[in-house]
Amino acid sequence: MKSPSRRSFLKAGTAITAAAAGLTPRVAQAGPANILSPDRLGVLVDTTVCIGCRNCEWACKIAHDMPTPPLETYEDAAPMQEMRRPDETALTVVNKYDHPARPDLPTTVKVQCMHCDHPACVSACIVGAISKQADGAVLWDTDMCIGCRYCMVACPFQIPAFEYHKAIQPRIMKCDFCTDRRKEGKLPGCVEACPVEALTFGPREELVRVARDKIRRNPDRYLDHIYGEREVGGTSWMYLADRKFEELAFPKLAQDPAPGVSESIQHGIFAYFVPPVSLYALLGAVMWTTRHKHDDEVELL
Amino acid sequence: MSHYMRPQPLDRKFLTPGVIVLLLLAANGLAWLAGRFLFGIGAVTNLNNQYPWGIWIGIDVAAGVALAAGGFTTAALGHVMHREAYHVVVRPALLTAMLGYTMVAVGVSIDIGRYYYIWHPLIMWNGSSALFEVGMCVMIYMTVLYIEFLPIVTERFIGRVNLPGPLAGLNAPVDRLLRLLDRTLDRTMFVFIIMGVVLSTLHQSSLGTLMIIAGPKMHPLWQTPILPLLFLLSAVAVGFPMVIFESLIASRSFGLKPEMPVLGRLGRMVVPLLGIYLAFKLGDLFIREAFVHLKTVTVESVMYVVEILFGIVVPLRMFMTRSVQKSPLLLFVAAALVVGGVLLNRINNFVVAYTPPYATEAYFPSIGEISVTVGFIAILVLLYRVIVLNFPVIGLPDRTLMPASKYSVRG
Repeated sequence: MKSPSRRSFLKAGTAITAAAAGLTPRVAQAGPANILSPDRLGVLVDTTVCIGCRNCEWACKIAHDMPTPPLETYEDAAPMQEMRRPDETALTVVNKYDHPARPDLPTTVKVQCMHCDHPACVSACIVGAISKQADGAVLWDTDMCIGCRYCMVACPFQIPAFEYHKAIQPRIMKCDFCTDRRKEGKLPGCVEACPVEALTFGPREELVRVARDKIRRNPDRYLDHIYGEREVGGTSWMYLADRKFEELAFPKLAQDPAPGVSESIQHGIFAYFVPPVSLYALLGAVMWTTRHKHDDEVELL
Repeated sequence: MSHYMRPQPLDRKFLTPGVIVLLLLAANGLAWLAGRFLFGIGAVTNLNNQYPWGIWIGIDVAAGVALAAGGFTTAALGHVMHREAYHVVVRPALLTAMLGYTMVAVGVSIDIGRYYYIWHPLIMWNGSSALFEVGMCVMIYMTVLYIEFLPIVTERFIGRVNLPGPLAGLNAPVDRLLRLLDRTLDRTMFVFIIMGVVLSTLHQSSLGTLMIIAGPKMHPLWQTPILPLLFLLSAVAVGFPMVIFESLIASRSFGLKPEMPVLGRLGRMVVPLLGIYLAFKLGDLFIREAFVHLKTVTVESVMYVVEILFGIVVPLRMFMTRSVQKSPLLLFVAAALVVGGVLLNRINNFVVAYTPPYATEAYFPSIGEISVTVGFIAILVLLYRVIVLNFPVIGLPDRTLMPASKYSVRG
């Protein structure tokens, strides 16, 4: 490249600065923190009540029009022998954990999307296809998703599943908190199907009070820990148990929101485009001051 | 000597035994790729709900971006700092970067489930997503690279436009258009060159931010808040070794005299760059006390040690030696080690370090995944060959620029 003339250099430089300044970064995007409603909903799962009947698994498939085996087949407890995860064919599964002290009475745990208050998937999604709703649900939008699976990388609970065997329009599959059913005034499918009321649906703040109350009244029955009350900044689904949550395969997570420092780094690098524009100016200055330099140092080697 | 070099299309035949091997590898990759488009990602890859990302992201995208860093580091050296002596390596590095980023873009498109929505990030923005920033930067930078390459195209065709048959009447107008384009580019190119460097620093670092959100799912040997800095430093450090690596391969393959004075000098510049990277890498390891994970022999600890030892320490020591700077073979080994080290680092970060909480079996790439990745690399090398045979990219000694001498330089 030839050295640019001073005039064209200044002209283009000014144009670039103006163009960069004219771009408004979307850093002030409506993050979950701004839209969380105090009345947002949640579910409290009492694992000490759950009997492992797997009716919730069946009801979930019915509610989402997925291929569903007849209800009787769910009486078979055999599938619970092996550790299962929600996937693209089942948005919720119940796992069984033997209790060392009482072999006849294992703990059964329903697993699904936790609907985090500060979801990593929402922060990560390249196109913003996943959003936290004011009512607490974390929803995925099929019209936006490009199928990059970064939400799966980000999720601390390893929940989103992907339809790997579809060549066209593969979907990200996860619990949608039965948003469609709730719009019709119905309960989430699993909550309605639970025969022993192990699942309590209601405003999250109310559920935290209920859970505390349960722990206070039955200190022998419950571990003094509401899983999801503070984990990764709080989740809409919360759990009670009579034993350590790590024994029930819950990940041990910190109380910081799941996106962690990645958002601060991201917003730091792009703080109103100041760092990139400064770098641009600096490089421009170097280019301008060295324009007449012709070194012959290579010959000297 | 390099002052008498002028980039020219190389006069070699395209087909050689090596090229035939590359064509076969490319065809094999494309065949597997057809399977991905017909039957979905799951049919060809070992990816699943536990391991959403594999080598298509780790190698094709992450390592592809890192190893294309020669483009912006030589542009900074040759154009921004005006170190004219290095201009002989700028064009080959630019070509590698352009082809590398094209492979990255294609690699991303085939890895995402809905390739036909690849344009969505252009209009659907999520400012908090590191992937969004990487995507935007890569798209813009790729355009900048194509613009930076345009003068090579105009140089090739100005005065030589020769359209076939009835289009011959357009020869003169096309030539005028090319000259106009060339003049405009000449005046504005510095804008794009600086832009290319800025965009590179941005997304090279943001590629490191990508995995931070995986939090405890990533092995503590690699998971650190300074990942973006480490990615940037390693990209800067691998830029010149990559240029040395490919320049020596190209001169060997085309039977040219290696540009030893320039390459040796570049090798010397690698020392501080690689040294700074090593310092931050080790400092991070000790400050976070992650070295405890090196006490046990696991896949992770072995990979980490290999990455540091053979990817940084050994080549660093080599580049410091004067005899290495003067020997094409040793210089090639040192450069190849750095290139391999950064490649391994990206694989480690995106694949090896990723340990999901409910993994039932570890991920290993399928034959299909490996075939596609190898196929892409083969296509890259083939395109490089096609372009240097037809466009003025590689510098050859130019007799018209050379002072009269009894001896002529082979080339």
